[in-house]
Amino acid sequence: MQAFEYASPTTVKEAVALLGNKWGEVDVLAGGTDLLSLMKERLATPSKLVNIKGLKELGGISAGKAGLRIGAAVTLDELMENAEIRKNYPSLAAAARGVSSPQIRNMGTVGGDLCQRPRCWYYRNGFGLLGAKDGKSLIPGGENRYHAILGNSGPAYFVSASSLGPALIALGAKVKLVSASGSRDVAVEKFFVTPQNEMSREIALLPNELLTEIVIPRDATKNATYELRQKESLDWPLVSASVALKMKGSTVTSARVVLGHVAPTPWSASQAEQMLAGKSITESVAEEAAKAALASATPLSQNAYKVQLARVAVKRALLAAASGRA
Amino acid sequence: MANYSWPPMEKRRLMGKRLERLDGIAKSTGRAKYASDFNAPGMLFGEFLTCPHAHARVTSIDTSAAEKLNGVTAVRVIAKPGTEIQWAGAEVASVAAISEDVARDAVRLIKVGYEVLPHLVKEDDISKAGTRAKAAGETVTGDLEKAFSEADVTHEGSYGIPVITHCCLEPHGQVVEWKGKEINFRPSTQNVTGVGGDLAKNLQLPATDVHVKMDYIGGGFGSKFAADLWGVESAQLSKASGGKPVKMFLDRRTELTIAGVRPSAFAKVKVSAKKDGTLTGWQSDSWATGGFGGGGSPPLPYVFINIPNQKKNHSAISTNTGGVRAWRAPNHQQATYLTCCALEDLAAKLKMDPVELFAKNADLTARPEVYRNQLKKASELMDWGKKWHQRGDSGAGPVKRGLGLAIATWGGGGHNSQCRAVIHPDGAIDIELCSQDLGTGTRTIITQVAAETLGLPMSAINLKIGDNSLPPSGPSGGSTTVGGVSSSTRKATINALEKLYEAVAASLGAKQDELEAVDGRIQVKGHPDKALTWKAACQKLGVKVISEMGANDQKNPGGLNAQGVGGINMAEVEVDTETGIVKMKKFVAVNDCGLVVNPRLAESQIHGGVIMGICSALTEERILDAATGRVLNADMEFYKLSGVGDIGEIVAHVEVLPEHDKRGIVGLGEPSAIAIPAAIANAVANAIGVRVQRIPLTPDRVLAALEGRNA
Repeated sequence: MQAFEYASPTTVKEAVALLGNKWGEVDVLAGGTDLLSLMKERLATPSKLVNIKGLKELGGISAGKAGLRIGAAVTLDELMENAEIRKNYPSLAAAARGVSSPQIRNMGTVGGDLCQRPRCWYYRNGFGLLGAKDGKSLIPGGENRYHAILGNSGPAYFVSASSLGPALIALGAKVKLVSASGSRDVAVEKFFVTPQNEMSREIALLPNELLTEIVIPRDATKNATYELRQKESLDWPLVSASVALKMKGSTVTSARVVLGHVAPTPWSASQAEQMLAGKSITESVAEEAAKAALASATPLSQNAYKVQLARVAVKRALLAAASGRA
Repeated sequence: MANYSWPPMEKRRLMGKRLERLDGIAKSTGRAKYASDFNAPGMLFGEFLTCPHAHARVTSIDTSAAEKLNGVTAVRVIAKPGTEIQWAGAEVASVAAISEDVARDAVRLIKVGYEVLPHLVKEDDISKAGTRAKAAGETVTGDLEKAFSEADVTHEGSYGIPVITHCCLEPHGQVVEWKGKEINFRPSTQNVTGVGGDLAKNLQLPATDVHVKMDYIGGGFGSKFAADLWGVESAQLSKASGGKPVKMFLDRRTELTIAGVRPSAFAKVKVSAKKDGTLTGWQSDSWATGGFGGGGSPPLPYVFINIPNQKKNHSAISTNTGGVRAWRAPNHQQATYLTCCALEDLAAKLKMDPVELFAKNADLTARPEVYRNQLKKASELMDWGKKWHQRGDSGAGPVKRGLGLAIATWGGGGHNSQCRAVIHPDGAIDIELCSQDLGTGTRTIITQVAAETLGLPMSAINLKIGDNSLPPSGPSGGSTTVGGVSSSTRKATINALEKLYEAVAASLGAKQDELEAVDGRIQVKGHPDKALTWKAACQKLGVKVISEMGANDQKNPGGLNAQGVGGINMAEVEVDTETGIVKMKKFVAVNDCGLVVNPRLAESQIHGGVIMGICSALTEERILDAATGRVLNADMEFYKLSGVGDIGEIVAHVEVLPEHDKRGIVGLGEPSAIAIPAAIANAVANAIGVRVQRIPLTPDRVLAALEGRNA
């Protein structure tokens, strides 16, 4: 195992001063549920680890003027159990609950969920983030049952592993990214990016930045997440859909529909969103929206079934949101 | 000669009782130490360098950098230049070092040159296998063409069941210390008696040099009989490191890649029947792979062996993948899947309840009455009559319920087993045999038999197993352990009692054959007043220790154990036809296993078998990448096993009946794990109205079948 420096700062200021300028040099350790396995597989070989678990500034869930602030080191379990979140953002509580191992929910953090690396088995087996051999992607002609059905024109075919990302995007949340020279707020929607080469990342975070908090605006929405995975116990989702509906009576004034695990980033289904404005959610409207959400899907050789699953997820999420049972 | 027969059912005090397993608390609290828990002072760690290519020739190997690494004590080349490697994950070199981390670093420093050769890793499409497929040749019984042309109904179908691994939670491995003439070998093994000899043979040493010890094993399922290359390499690394113990357990990736698989099985099947369901013809063209050596030939048609007209052919396909090992009822899970799916499809075509079809054809099996009764019992426990509907006739709404069934058979019998019963003058008792408890409850069973025979409580027995200095017992395979160890223990304890009777007869004023051991006493038969307490009786031995042997007689088991059991399994599932997700609702498993020593443990065995079968039906498969030849899911996240929430209700029914009891003891490990995927696949077909040809029944396959794309 490559020896590494281990730092346990006590303030965000100290923490960001420890970060590097190049990916791969310094890794941030929170719950460690992903990072430790990456290190064991030598997919991550940092020369320094910055442990942020002890940073009080990164904890807590509190309501403020700008909305609900969630510290990046809040665990998935804390998130799922928080009364305010269960009441106003059931889509987020459901997304956290979908992380199907209590051990991961107890250790894993909100920031970690957004920053985790893809589960793509080509990546995890050492064929690189883009799963290529001799310069050619192994995925379109290979084992792609769990891969992307949208945004998959290459070179990235993996799916974003984030469970919370779709719900946060639908709720219009922002993340705060702090570096030694200042901080910036980025919409969660812009936080996820599709890498164009092996050297780039699937998030907009820079190597010298730390994700410190998430803020969800106070807008009242009917929101829900519907996730499909084969097993009840520890399993990765096949697809998920998070929706947030602004309503006037029973009419949707504006809608956000965001799919998870279908593309290299969480996927905003703008056609479905546009279609829903001005409508009441009925079974047939939900079905139509589901169809629209997947209209541009381009499944690979083994994953056409995910198009159907994603349609079902959108439909069921919409019906759940409208009926208030997320 | 002494009478070794089992006491009559109504007279048993401990055998037949629902006793808790003796090591349950130790296991659940972590006090039980598994082979992989063993650590020794100064212990080194062994690690393999494995081949990343599915087929390659080693052209060069340079270990110099690894040898120079601080903390490395030995580096050994396994695949010398020129060696042709036939599957990814094959062992190329091994290293011992002062820590696992250093050993892994050292492995990475070894430079190997490969000439990469063409490979074949997939066998599901036999037309692509070319010369890699070797047909066994046709076997024909009766006149199949005539049977098909005269049949009222025929059905043709394709079915497939993939390669899966054993996925033992405790991976394969051991600690070995080779010091001077002596080797201390602590493997995770199903074969404490024989594995030392296997290691010795590989090292060209006498078997007497190897001392084997194992207390607990974390799963074997047929994959842990041999010393294996990792055992041999650990020994060599120990020797090369000055005799320090070397611990080497495979990491999960290697475990799932090279430590054994269950062969796949695919078949095109045609069956025919009369209008009333009587089967008249069977034709199957099957193929399978179990790795480079081919392997796996399911016995078809399964259980309904006497279908009058048959034509069969089977091809073994050699692939560049890790090799086959026995997997809990070798070939049977595949055979019942291929057979029962075809029969269920035939029943659906006849619009006939498959229970009726199975009962109708019970005469084509070796044990018609047993199966008819089991069908009745299982139907009752499932409430089949009320719940079953015609295929696909499952009402409105996206979620459909369905029922399915399948059939099982297994041999069993008792393996070679010798037991020594020692009675000490203070009344203490040692029961000694070199068996192993695979987690099935063997410790508990042996103790029940010994205590029952000696008329003492379970706590009076000091049981010693898991050490090859003890009297030999066979490997735990083929569901033969319970039959073997119960028989040898019964005989050893009766022989020891005879010696005790001889020592105390005079003081009780009776003849030796007039005595019995009851309730902690040695007494004149039927006369509790003419008795000595156990302790007082043993004191009569003076300084003499009784040490008597007993052996299972495999040729003439004398009614103590038997062979041949059957089982009927029924599954109830719920399928979401919008998502293709299958949920288990209820599973009924009815099994006979002769005389049941401990119904609680027997049911526990069935639970384990059913859970394993649910994994194999719904989620489990080894996924290989055609281009790279690598196993992509050699981990515990995408090699999917069911968890508690995925299992549903399990009703395990062990038939405790006089007609079974009189046959003697028969093992249950294998028969309980056979018919599960077939029953579940049939339940899904019943629920959704179409056959999903291949398992596991993942959402993609279920949705494809619903859309009419069955592949």
